[in-house]
Amino acid sequence: MNEEKHILSILVDNEPGVLSRIAGLFSGRGYNIESLSVAETNDPKVSRVTMVTTGVAQIIEQIKKQLHKLVNVITVHDLTGKAYVHRELVLVKVYTRPETRGEILRIADVFRAKIVDVGNEHYTVEVTGSEDKISAILKIFQPMGIKEIVRTGPVALFRE
Amino acid sequence: MEMTGAQIVMKSLKDEGVDVIFGYPGGAVIDFYDELTRTDIKHILVRHEQGAVHAADGFARVTGDVGVCMVTSGPGATNAVTGIATAYMDSIPMVIITGQVPTSLIGNDAFQEVDIVGITRPCTKHNYLVKDVKKLAYIIKEAFHIARTGRPGPVLIDIPKDITNSRTEYEQPGEVSLRSYNPNYKPNMKQISKIASLIKNAKKPLIFSGGGIILSDCSKELTELARKTNIPVTSSLMGLGGFPGTDDLWLGMLGMHGTYCANMAISECDLMLALGVRFDDRVTGKVDAFAKNATIVHVDIDPTSIHKNVPVQVPIVGDCKITLSVLNELLDQEKPEIIKPERKEWLGQVSEWKTGTPLAYSQSDVIKPQYVVEKLYELTKGEAIITTEVGQNQMWAAQFYKFATPNQWVTSGGLGTMGFGFPAAIGAQMAFPDKIVVDVAGDGSIQMNIQEMATAVQYGLPVKIVILNNRFLGMVRQWQELFYKRNYSSTNMEHAPDFVKLAEAYGAAGFRATKPSEVEEVLKKGLATPGPVIMDFVVEREECVYPMVPAGAPITNMLLV
Repeated sequence: MNEEKHILSILVDNEPGVLSRIAGLFSGRGYNIESLSVAETNDPKVSRVTMVTTGVAQIIEQIKKQLHKLVNVITVHDLTGKAYVHRELVLVKVYTRPETRGEILRIADVFRAKIVDVGNEHYTVEVTGSEDKISAILKIFQPMGIKEIVRTGPVALFRE
Repeated sequence: MEMTGAQIVMKSLKDEGVDVIFGYPGGAVIDFYDELTRTDIKHILVRHEQGAVHAADGFARVTGDVGVCMVTSGPGATNAVTGIATAYMDSIPMVIITGQVPTSLIGNDAFQEVDIVGITRPCTKHNYLVKDVKKLAYIIKEAFHIARTGRPGPVLIDIPKDITNSRTEYEQPGEVSLRSYNPNYKPNMKQISKIASLIKNAKKPLIFSGGGIILSDCSKELTELARKTNIPVTSSLMGLGGFPGTDDLWLGMLGMHGTYCANMAISECDLMLALGVRFDDRVTGKVDAFAKNATIVHVDIDPTSIHKNVPVQVPIVGDCKITLSVLNELLDQEKPEIIKPERKEWLGQVSEWKTGTPLAYSQSDVIKPQYVVEKLYELTKGEAIITTEVGQNQMWAAQFYKFATPNQWVTSGGLGTMGFGFPAAIGAQMAFPDKIVVDVAGDGSIQMNIQEMATAVQYGLPVKIVILNNRFLGMVRQWQELFYKRNYSSTNMEHAPDFVKLAEAYGAAGFRATKPSEVEEVLKKGLATPGPVIMDFVVEREECVYPMVPAGAPITNMLLV
């Protein structure tokens, strides 16, 4: 069986320790977390976890069932194969030299990214979008020299 | 009415119907213990916190109620972890109350501080750290609700000392409502009709029952189904007693030390009704070779159990009792000859396996452990509550004591915890003071919680301990004999206490048998002596448990006597 990447959208009680229960479930059972993003929803008692994980179909099924078994987990939705929108946010510090500043601005413009901070030797660029788009811009920045990056991992919602 | 946290705990326990708790005091729970004396809740003071949890576990297994124990923070809590994990693996309803250092000291490496909520996350059904005394009553109610509903399990409540002695206006908690926790009891009706039609068409059907039958209290429904349809029954270790071990349709236990008949039947059956089981590796052996000709129906309250280890054709998430009741009603609408055909060939084959290769051992002039268990069965008329330690003693008890009723067999199945049986027997005896409760033990495992002898003596609990003493860690020795060329590395336990004198030292009675001719006499004397008793049977040193399936092999690859 082939391993597949799945994006799970999980609503949980907004309580201390819930993330630890989820992470513990994954480490204890040998499942893989590729990325994880968590924050409160419009209901302050509920948080949404967006998680990317990989596994064969039987493991993905177990992951969903095991997550659902946790007392603090309200719903588990597998977005894979359904219509959904997703975005990832990346902040990337790119080294600048006088001759590359213009080029970086042009690239940012093409990718609808924003320069959110300017230093003597770098720009900090904010990029949002799909994983492909983010990979593409990072690839272009690579030869100019990337000082640091931070990625949120995807967040996603069903399309309605 | 204003109450302290300690008073709220006691009131909540009473409201949940608790009248006995097992525990060990300490600084962080001293307020509870102070309050305990102003209630009519009976407290059993054990000698080690692991004993408290196993005792609560034994109490829960024989009554079906939630077992309750209380221990202090830090080492008290960590000593309880093995017991908690044991209960978790076997889905036993339990509430564990641990004391915690005051809220202001949490995270400061305070004296006797440990993050027990963090430590027990993987081995509890749920756990809580109480941070607000106003929420205490509701949390306790919620904990009991979670422990006893759905797939039962242990729930831990960690209560800091300042919460225990702070005061609040007490309000009776309302009904528990959790949007994130709603176990599904009701099975899918269409799937049940499917089972009925599979039964009608099956030529070689088999029921494989598990601990879920005991937990959902549906032994009666299972027996009705088997007899109505003429389907033979096997079970996991945890399922023993769910179907009468004396019935003609009973094949014995399945798996690594299962009967020849059960292992052959499961490999040959064309329909397997797996009820409340989780297909543990000790049962399936090599998964690819397990029941490969069968359509598998799997009923379980826990969706994660289904498709976890074995692919299933008819999955049913729901309560076994409801499922079997509906199925029995559906089958009642059919003509008896349709649901109960003669199935001459299949039942003939099963019977041939059963009588041709029964559980056996060869007699000699040294005591055989199997003989002790057989005699114990005979002398207790099969009516005793049997707890066990873990290892060869456990397997011989499972094989040679025929369990006729549920909640009569108390053993650590999932975790395989040595030291479980004796404290569990104490809990069982507390629940049923008038029943005969016997812990079948090995000389190795009884030494793991032997200190609870003092508990049994203090409370006058007449638990009988049958030690099958082979001066070895028997099961490991057996593996070393069979798979490690008799390299008996660290399994020799010749240096052991004199168990008869040990019993006497604790104020109990002790008897010893060294010859087969003494077995019956010692058992009779031991069972007739009031109070706790140790019966030390010096058995054949290198006796093995057979049949045995080597780990990871197909379950038809049995080593026989």
